[in-house]
Amino acid sequence: MKTKKIVSYAFLALVLLFVYAPILVLIIFSFTDAHIIGQWHGFSFDLYVRLFTVERLRNMIVNTVVLAALAGAISTVLGTLGAMGIFYAKKGWSKSLQGASNINVINAEIVIAVSLALVFSMLAFNRTYYSLLIGHVAFCTPFVVLSVIPKLKQMDPSLYEAALDLGATPAKALFKVVLPEILPGIVSGFMLALTLSLDDYIITSFTKPAEFDTISTYVYNAVKNTAKSELPAFRALAAVIFAVIAAVVVVLNIRANRKTNKKIIENKEIKR
Amino acid sequence: MEEMTKETPLAPAENDCIIELVDLTRVFEDDGMVAVDNVNLKVKKGQFVTFLGPSGCGKTTTLRMIAGFDKPTSGKILLNGKDISALPPHKRPVNTVFQRYALFPHLNVYDNVAFGLKLKKVKVTYETENGRQFTKVEKLSKADIAEKVNRALKIVDLEGFERRSVSTLSGGQQQRVAIARAIVNEPEILLLDEPLGALDLKMRKDMQLELKEMHKKLGITFIYVTHDQEEALTMSDTIGVMKDGEIQQEGTPLDIYNEPVNAFVADFIGESNIFSGTMTGKRKVRFLNKTFDCVDDFEKNEKVDVVVRPEDVVFADEGQGQVDGTIVSSIFKGVHYEMVCKIGKTEVVAQDTLERKVGEKVSVVIRPEDIHIMAKEFTVNKYEGYITKHNTVAFGDGEFACDLTQLYENSFLDEEGYLITAEGEKLDLTDTDVEVEVGLKDIELVDVDTPEREGGAAGNIVSIIYKGDHYQVIVRTDENEEDYVCDTEYTWNENDRVSVVIPRDAIRLRLKEEVKR
Ligand SMILES: Nc1ncnc2c1ncn2[C@@H]1O[C@H](COP(=O)(O)OP(=O)(O)OP(=O)(O)O)[C@@H](O)[C@H]1O
Ligand SMILES: [Mg+2]
Repeated sequence: MKTKKIVSYAFLALVLLFVYAPILVLIIFSFTDAHIIGQWHGFSFDLYVRLFTVERLRNMIVNTVVLAALAGAISTVLGTLGAMGIFYAKKGWSKSLQGASNINVINAEIVIAVSLALVFSMLAFNRTYYSLLIGHVAFCTPFVVLSVIPKLKQMDPSLYEAALDLGATPAKALFKVVLPEILPGIVSGFMLALTLSLDDYIITSFTKPAEFDTISTYVYNAVKNTAKSELPAFRALAAVIFAVIAAVVVVLNIRANRKTNKKIIENKEIKR
Repeated sequence: MEEMTKETPLAPAENDCIIELVDLTRVFEDDGMVAVDNVNLKVKKGQFVTFLGPSGCGKTTTLRMIAGFDKPTSGKILLNGKDISALPPHKRPVNTVFQRYALFPHLNVYDNVAFGLKLKKVKVTYETENGRQFTKVEKLSKADIAEKVNRALKIVDLEGFERRSVSTLSGGQQQRVAIARAIVNEPEILLLDEPLGALDLKMRKDMQLELKEMHKKLGITFIYVTHDQEEALTMSDTIGVMKDGEIQQEGTPLDIYNEPVNAFVADFIGESNIFSGTMTGKRKVRFLNKTFDCVDDFEKNEKVDVVVRPEDVVFADEGQGQVDGTIVSSIFKGVHYEMVCKIGKTEVVAQDTLERKVGEKVSVVIRPEDIHIMAKEFTVNKYEGYITKHNTVAFGDGEFACDLTQLYENSFLDEEGYLITAEGEKLDLTDTDVEVEVGLKDIELVDVDTPEREGGAAGNIVSIIYKGDHYQVIVRTDENEEDYVCDTEYTWNENDRVSVVIPRDAIRLRLKEEVKR
């Protein structure tokens, strides 16, 4: 019995090690300034300092985050409106519209990227920050639609009518009743768009202006020609990103736990 | 001239009529379903009106049109004499209690109830120092809202629940919040769509009383929807009984109970015996193989439905009453016994405080004023017939080709004309008695002089009634005076001699009793 438990724990540890070992190595070596990973030149915060002082690095990080925030925000608005349009369209239309929107979710990214690039060159549109932003929005919007529609479907359809019944104009009913109801879907759509945009490489490289870089395009180029490389600094960046994500996940978990506990307590009170 | 038309006064009788449905019809485009069919109804101010009908009869659809969520396909909705069909829901002085409450889950009880008030704008008149008056349109103050919400919550008995999330409330409490949310806006009309449907029996009875009480106190017009006849009878001032989108009967609960206009209403409202009868003379009707005196006057020979309520059936000792029978069952129901008396093949249900034992021979007495006679609704032609040796069916003074395999599931006919059942049994159906049904639309009439289309029976047209978009024609045969009622778009004349053609597959057969094997 006991050995069985030990074996199962050992196995679990092995799996976790397999998944997290590369990241752990990366984090450890982010605290030394050796150029080649594996060498230890003594403990230092140098890489972290460089991350925020070397202008090119700093720009690129800011670029990526701002781009993701903008693309996420715009595609959330468009996607939410689109989802409502699809949901409230006539039955036949609704199905085909949703299908059309889903194609882009399943479609290979490279196809979207190439077609976007084609469209921009056809319109004699130079590759600018705007073409990049449009590319990201076009890519992310269907995902937002996809995460909002289920919430609309779950919503009791009489809620909207109840709001109208109580004197709300259609616009007011939308903002006061429908939006709060589907908010969880909108938020998760936004998060999805944000992460998709943050680590996108293919679409970015097809639509970005030459002198502009996001983290992914920069890393890719840096790997290709190591000469001018600020590569070691990315170990620090990776560690930071990992820390942020881990923190977010932990916070979300704690909050979710608290909520269910609260529900249970409330229910108990009612029973009493 | 313009002036004249504008000032046409309303007829005084219509002034106290708060809402009026005129030829209201709703057809759903996608499936062609006529959910509401030419409904006409007048509702007086302050009344409690109920739409009563089985599931799917169009009650909710009617209510949704009054509330403004659904647009009528045709017809009008008049509110205080003005057509509001085109008015959007938020501009109608009508509030709804939804079938499944539709409370806003993200708001607590207080905010749910205050929802309508927060949107409300009122005209307030101010006076300046130099005595000039001016009016401003403004929102209700927080204090006003709080006062109204608290009053509404008090009416529904939910004080102290203000901060509770609606998802933590019981069904009955959610129900009350939904009612409070509607009445707090002081609507002219309150629409309630089966508001008690989700509650258990006891809670329902309590809420029925409370709603009735509320109606009295508030003086608002209630339009209520239910499929529960008891609920409708106890609560309403007026009931509209609906079926298939049409109002069958409108009247006070007492009227509808005592004077149902047709078998459907009689059956839907309370327990009743419904017999098929024929008028045999002035105020004389024949049913249960016996002629009874009655108080309703119908055309002689007209086929009618006869309704007798169980409490109006009285038993006398054998031979002392109008028609004799045997008690076949007796159940004690708390206050009275419910007994079934068999007369010939027909069962008569009776309620009495005096028990008659099972097997006892009794005689039934029904007073003329307790016999309620209704015009029969023709929905299908019914005949008694038999199978001929040619595997056709003879009925109604005629003989028709038919599909015998419908009598036994998965059966088929062999070459010799025997019916082989699914179990492989070989049956000779010759002379088997069957019940035959033929739809009104399935009968085709052709001129007798059309030799290429010979029908299974022939007769003369005795009646033609125009029914809006078609004629209902009755053909009567010579020999036994059997009637074929058919719906047709073609025009015929009375006394035309016609041949009756029925497609083979339109003849529905049912065995009268299991065939002897
Ligand atoms: N949006 C719609 N599209 C098509 N058909 C509909 C629609 N809404 C209702 N119907 C049909 O119209 C008919 C009447 O529906 P309605 O909801 O008014 O019935 P109801 O009397 O309220 O029944 P219940 O007692 O079950 O609530 C039904 O046959 C229903 O299937
Ligand atoms: Mg309904």
